[in-house]
Amino acid sequence: MTPAFGPDDVPAMARTFRLQWEEAQASYVILYPEGMVKLNPAAGEILSRCDGERTVSAIIDDLEQKFPDTDALRDDIMNFLSIAYEQQWIQHGPT
Amino acid sequence: MSNSGSNTAQPNPHRPNPHWLLAELTYKCPLQCPYCSNPVDIARVGQELNTDDWKRVFREARAMGAVQLGFSGGEPLVREDLEELIAEARQLGYYTNLITSGVGMDERRIRAFKQAGLDHIQISFQASSEEINNHIARNDSFQHKQAMAKLVKQHGYPMVLCFVLHRQNTDQVEEIIQFAHSLEADYLELATTQYYGWALKNREQLLPTLDQVQRAEAVAHAYQEKLRGKMRVLYVVPDYYEDRPKPCMRGWGGIFLLVNPEGVTLPCHAAGMLPGLEFPNVRDHSIEWIWRDSPDFNKFRGDAWMKEPCRTCPEREKDFGGCRCQAYLLTGDAANADPVCSKSPHHETLQQRVTRIHASHAGGTVSPIVFRNMRNSKRILSGEL
Repeated sequence: MTPAFGPDDVPAMARTFRLQWEEAQASYVILYPEGMVKLNPAAGEILSRCDGERTVSAIIDDLEQKFPDTDALRDDIMNFLSIAYEQQWIQHGPT
Repeated sequence: MSNSGSNTAQPNPHRPNPHWLLAELTYKCPLQCPYCSNPVDIARVGQELNTDDWKRVFREARAMGAVQLGFSGGEPLVREDLEELIAEARQLGYYTNLITSGVGMDERRIRAFKQAGLDHIQISFQASSEEINNHIARNDSFQHKQAMAKLVKQHGYPMVLCFVLHRQNTDQVEEIIQFAHSLEADYLELATTQYYGWALKNREQLLPTLDQVQRAEAVAHAYQEKLRGKMRVLYVVPDYYEDRPKPCMRGWGGIFLLVNPEGVTLPCHAAGMLPGLEFPNVRDHSIEWIWRDSPDFNKFRGDAWMKEPCRTCPEREKDFGGCRCQAYLLTGDAANADPVCSKSPHHETLQQRVTRIHASHAGGTVSPIVFRNMRNSKRILSGEL
């Protein structure tokens, strides 16, 4: 898959989706008309940083600091951003 | 309601939470669609819940994990406190859905809803042609709906357009899809008529033929591919033509909670007509008690209530035995397997009914449509219809 974002790009949640922490499910969820996707912890960490202000590089730096023992974090993040873009959850910001 | 959220998280069977709260704010409606999901006894409804009642319902359900809130009816725009209710719901963290005909809407209200934090507006159309739309709705609403759909997009809402499909508009699926696309809908819901309440009363007139259904399905699937990434097209085959039952509401008391205009709570749109159940009212009980402890919400939870063939069926955790209301309406016992299931001993009877319906069309003996209005509801209650 061609990466959807380069290091200087700024990903942002798409207008048609809302990201929210749900206490009852102890996870981030994506909300859209009459539906919901429950995110795994890694996806939630990444998407919650797609705020239309931070660059991909900044998001990666931030997560590398938070999870210093995780291997291949950069690749995982780039992959997930491409998947999220494919799903139309995120777009190129700022919005 | 429609189930366009295919990814809703699975409930924990031991401690299910209501994820979906449907607030039927009123039964008043300027339209008279003959497939309305409201019960046929709408004329019997008592006093509507007031603003504070609804706010309490929203708070209590939200505390239990409900996250999607639908404002529905009747026509929810009839309620003058709608803006206030949306604001309260949004502030509680709900994703707020307004499910409307668009009649009673104008730009001032669309703007006020946005300010209140409304997330999404779903507008129902009756057809893609003015003539059929206005015939089914029994009013002159088509052009207004179109104007409202354009404004909804202009104000930056995600937009779902919903068309209920039946015998009279199934052949226009292609025109419907193109019409929705021209209005820049984000989602198009091609909702199959479900035969409960008013639609059951009009089943003979509304049930499409298998041939119609198959053609519509092929068109819908072709456009799902063609419009991928532009407009999501949701299409479900009418279950009378299926042989596996639908996982109705993801199980009784699984994720869905409906509160009707007078505060009666239900696990689906139709369950109010099931005999032997006294669904609790939010005026008397907390949402927590209703959802977790009330006998009615536990009646068909899990699989202890099941009879054969469901009891030992390997698919019982997938489809929950289908729909309790359909089982009751078509077999006389809500604990039977949904007769849509080919394993049901009543499956053949259902197929024969369908054949008879089509034969009555061929023979020209179809009775007139009973439109959904208070007058007809009273006539049904008095036994006249």
